[in-house]
Amino acid sequence: MKLNEIKDILQCDILTENQDISLIEVDTVLASDGMSEILAFPRPGALMITGLTNIQSVRTADVADVKAIVYIRGKLPNEKTVELAQQKGIHIMATKLGMFDACGILRDRGMKGAI
Amino acid sequence: MAEELFRKAFTIYGGNFDRAGESSTEIKEKLKDLNIDADIVRRSVIVAFEAEMNVVMYTNVATLNFIITDEDICLEISDQGPGIADIEQAMQEGFSTASDEMREMGFGFGMGLPNIKKNSDFLTIESDVGKGTRLFARIRLNPDACT
Repeated sequence: MKLNEIKDILQCDILTENQDISLIEVDTVLASDGMSEILAFPRPGALMITGLTNIQSVRTADVADVKAIVYIRGKLPNEKTVELAQQKGIHIMATKLGMFDACGILRDRGMKGAI
Repeated sequence: MAEELFRKAFTIYGGNFDRAGESSTEIKEKLKDLNIDADIVRRSVIVAFEAEMNVVMYTNVATLNFIITDEDICLEISDQGPGIADIEQAMQEGFSTASDEMREMGFGFGMGLPNIKKNSDFLTIESDVGKGTRLFARIRLNPDACT
């Protein structure tokens, strides 16, 4: 699924200004608030869904070669975190949906879980 | 005998969650610049990052030695922290002595050392309670090599 479709389905705000998100495709989701759990099942090119908005979320995404992050529950990262994501070419978006709903919606649309 | 190609020592400071992971980011950049296989880069950086987070969470300061040879990538982390009383127990998934503050940062769920083990081809951990811990991990550049 293309990132712009995910943005629309999850009603996300885009927080980074990287390359055109309609060109980015993801098919696997890593969903957790535990960063070591993300690192235990890294899937290069996956989408990460998390409620953790600190700078370590972006560092973890970078280590796991994740393409994009969706922050849930309306939580927003600080400027420094957005800046690092921008620098690393990681797309970040934020939705007001909770983890259960965000994952359920994407699963219904054919996305696979990595964990 | 493996030939050493590159070496760098990093100092990691405990308690500094904002800067935690900076050494691992630098390690990743170096390995990528050398065109090392993406899977080996990822495994090496997971080891470095988890080790770095352990230092940030549990000790005041540590040294991370990052060495690349013609055979492998070596990561050696030494600290003068509280030490690990039972290494076997600490290696079990889910075992953790982390505080709530550490968990709020997304770490301390008892996956760090198991992730380090999973991504290393060779791992030793030596620890003296009250004196410190030394972790040495090797990731082979050729996963099929038997040394």
